[in-house]
Amino acid sequence: MNSLLASLDRNILTLVTFLPLAGALLLVLVPRRDRDIRWLALIVTLGTFLLSLHLPARFHAGQPGFQYEVNQIWITSPPIHYHLGADGISMWLVLLTTFLSPLCVLISWKSVQDRVKEFFLLLLVLETAMIGVFLALDLFLFYVFWEATLIPMALIIGMFGHERRVYAAVKFFLFTMIGSVFMLAAILWLYAQTGSFDYVTLQEAIRLGHVPHLHSAMLWLFLGFFIAFAVKVPLFPFHTWLPDAHFEAPTAGSVILAGVLLKMGTYGLLRFNVGLFPDESRVHAPWIAVLAIIGIIYGALVAMVQPNLKKLVAYSSVSHLGLVVLGIFTFTAAGTDGAVYQMLNHGVSTGALFMLVGILYERRHTFDIQQFGGLATPMPAYATFFLFITLSSIGLPLLNGFVGEFLVLSGAFQARMLYGILGATGVIWSAAYMLWMYKRVFFGEVTNVANQAVPDLSARERIALWPVALAALAMGVAPMLWLASIDPAVEAIVRSAAPVLARMVAP
Amino acid sequence: MSAVTILDYVRILPELTLALFGVLIMVADPLLGEKRARPLGVIALLGTLASLAATTWQAQHPGPAWFGMVRVDSFSLFFHVVIALVALVVVLVSFEYLEAEGIRQGEYYALILFGAVGMMLMSSAVELVLIFIALEISSISTYVLAGFRRRAAASAESSLKYFLLGSFATAFFLYGVALMFGATGSTEIAAIAQALRSGGATPLVYLGVALMFVGLGFKVGASPFHVWTPDVYEGAPAPVVGLMSTAPKAAAFAVLLRVLFAADSPGWFWPLWLAAALSMTLGNLGALVQSNVKRLLAYSSIAHAGYILVAFAASSEIGVSAAIFYAAAYAAMNVGAFAVVSHFAGAGERYVEMDDYAGLGRRSPVLAAALTLFLLSLIGIPVTGGFFAKLYVFSAALKANLVGLVVLGVVNSAVGAYYYLRLIVLMYMREGKEEMPAVRVPAGLAVGLALSAAATLYLGVWPQQVLTYALESASALLH
Repeated sequence: MNSLLASLDRNILTLVTFLPLAGALLLVLVPRRDRDIRWLALIVTLGTFLLSLHLPARFHAGQPGFQYEVNQIWITSPPIHYHLGADGISMWLVLLTTFLSPLCVLISWKSVQDRVKEFFLLLLVLETAMIGVFLALDLFLFYVFWEATLIPMALIIGMFGHERRVYAAVKFFLFTMIGSVFMLAAILWLYAQTGSFDYVTLQEAIRLGHVPHLHSAMLWLFLGFFIAFAVKVPLFPFHTWLPDAHFEAPTAGSVILAGVLLKMGTYGLLRFNVGLFPDESRVHAPWIAVLAIIGIIYGALVAMVQPNLKKLVAYSSVSHLGLVVLGIFTFTAAGTDGAVYQMLNHGVSTGALFMLVGILYERRHTFDIQQFGGLATPMPAYATFFLFITLSSIGLPLLNGFVGEFLVLSGAFQARMLYGILGATGVIWSAAYMLWMYKRVFFGEVTNVANQAVPDLSARERIALWPVALAALAMGVAPMLWLASIDPAVEAIVRSAAPVLARMVAP
Repeated sequence: MSAVTILDYVRILPELTLALFGVLIMVADPLLGEKRARPLGVIALLGTLASLAATTWQAQHPGPAWFGMVRVDSFSLFFHVVIALVALVVVLVSFEYLEAEGIRQGEYYALILFGAVGMMLMSSAVELVLIFIALEISSISTYVLAGFRRRAAASAESSLKYFLLGSFATAFFLYGVALMFGATGSTEIAAIAQALRSGGATPLVYLGVALMFVGLGFKVGASPFHVWTPDVYEGAPAPVVGLMSTAPKAAAFAVLLRVLFAADSPGWFWPLWLAAALSMTLGNLGALVQSNVKRLLAYSSIAHAGYILVAFAASSEIGVSAAIFYAAAYAAMNVGAFAVVSHFAGAGERYVEMDDYAGLGRRSPVLAAALTLFLLSLIGIPVTGGFFAKLYVFSAALKANLVGLVVLGVVNSAVGAYYYLRLIVLMYMREGKEEMPAVRVPAGLAVGLALSAAATLYLGVWPQQVLTYALESASALLH
């Protein structure tokens, strides 16, 4: 038994990463019977989730550095390694991915009727690529996974989305692709100077100043990574692709996009920008924080005036992700802990919001808030779930959003009073637009006849929603379950980003 | 002069095998009735397989042969394998195509094999006159193949254009050979290299190199000698274009490598730089405005010739190996792309407009998925051969400090992404105009597609082995 566990420890990352891809290959061979395909996709994603539970179960929270590492040579020239590893940050993002994937399958059960095989195939390929992004510790491997997320996502938007889906898919593709070209250039420059793509090696070499010509190139390297990630987050002013992509994507696409893909951007900022270039990050923190704050306020204000439910949720993402970026660039343990926690929160809450909005769309075929009103009467269970998630999203104490927002804001106040004050307005805004939206959709009399007989949640939809609701509650009540392993990883990054002066004074 | 031994025959065995099978096809053709022509395709298939086997056997016996005219080394072996595989896929794809087009098949298959003989010889010949003869064998076969859709005027135009301009180009090459001979007193690459090293370069040598560059530049379809490509590709039968755009080009690149680097020729840097920059730019800009898929792929092939020339301009061992790797990757993805195009075109090549591809993802998921893979590889997306090919080329150029070319190349790749993606968007995100019939995938095509897809993915996931071969080839060429 112990030897089995030990061998699982060694191979768990590979298994979790490639199980969905194996499922996708299996799907290719299965004949086009939609029912079988849905079940197969559900079994594969659920299996991946169960397997990924091994990660937190056997994780040593106190141990610094990466765990479950696999490091093998993939290509010898240039020396590219198949190097995977998880720390407290990446582990939970992987779990977020594997947690949301089966729910995406469930939520697409009925709404995807056409080209079912292609849809679930793309979803499974996408899952492998996303997990790979969070686990890769070789910059080249990271880039490969990063690019690999692009095509399935663009196809999901473009093949299964709403009216302007092609426009949204192409815009999404071009924005991300152009952004990542800069990152590739930075990666190749680092390789040309050091002869290595390995994250740990490079981090060490940069810290010890062993990289020739680094000083003059630092700014460009930092910006190369920054642009790729800022587009993905998306940080103001790179956010214009997001409302289109979110709005046009099918429900599962939006859930994955908001829940996981945006986190790839914030994860990248934390892991690569701050992790590799701590000093440079500090230098640029002020204007990045300003962009983040603009994003928080601007996203919230635009969300406020949206007549369209799905766009409202999409713009709220711009606002929430701004808060995450602000947390990262406070360089405080609390702020960064909060940022990571908020990434998970946003995945759960906004993922759930998109699921809920999608459920409504399946019934009414519109996202127009004016078309609704008084929905609490015909759909009490739906209204309850929606309220719960709304409260989690706006940070009600005892729910997950509160913990993340509190930590980020306390970090922001430590860093600079003004950041804290302005960031805190974001929390107020979000309460305003979310609750106002909730009032308009659910409260009052049923004014639109079409809403009188809207069926409430089906059993399948309840099964998809219960896990997120429970996760939101658990993460609000017992945050230490997560923070215990997040904090050491964050400490390691923040410590390396300590002010240059403080490090020189310290022994 | 030493006598001819058995080894001399072994060292041209793949070529001999192909020629024998070609003759066999010609002999068998009249014996079989008009209707029963498929066995000829099978003979051709066996011929390519036999030449592949011969190539692997030949690998045990490297060295010069035929009085120093031919040399078997890693370099020639690499190109032999690429050419044999391309011919294999083209033969597989042609089965259905020829029946749909109602083309008499005998000479068609024989010409493919004879053409491959020429191309293989181009890669193993180390003497300029033999190189010229090999070039002619390969060219004449492809001229005829281009005109095989006899009922289509475009095909005749394609063949004639290709023939007239091609003969002109080979004449340039021949003139260059003559001048080199005049300047150095030899037509053997090694002897030329020695003469150039010891005697230095005279104006005559520069002129000779320039003329040979013009001739080969035409064959690889590099700017400014590219104007023939779109028209010729548009008119020629689609499987033949799959052949023309890959194998003879790879062979011509092999010759160019020999003439420029193995012979230590001077004065090629700026012409190469210019040709690379022009090819990438004109190819991609031209492709942007096309509405015909064959023309689009024609312009894209010009652009890819440009990327390969970037590696040439790097003029290092890494650069040469990058060029070789690129030629192999390009052969895999482009022959695959044309396999899809030729099958989808249908009888009389009716469906070759971009708009015809709308909704292909629904009508034939297999064809659409395969074409998507090849297009992604042509863009240079990771996990496909095209990605590593571009990576090696650009990193070799960076090492040689050709920053300008690399920037131009990267910008061009981004432009290229746009028109390849347009096709993917059409296939998956738009609905077909009229009710076009679902497209069946016959067995021959399926095997051909599977081969090229497997090669494309193999080069994208495990490029190490082929890169090692490419490096060995480069060092065999340069030392």
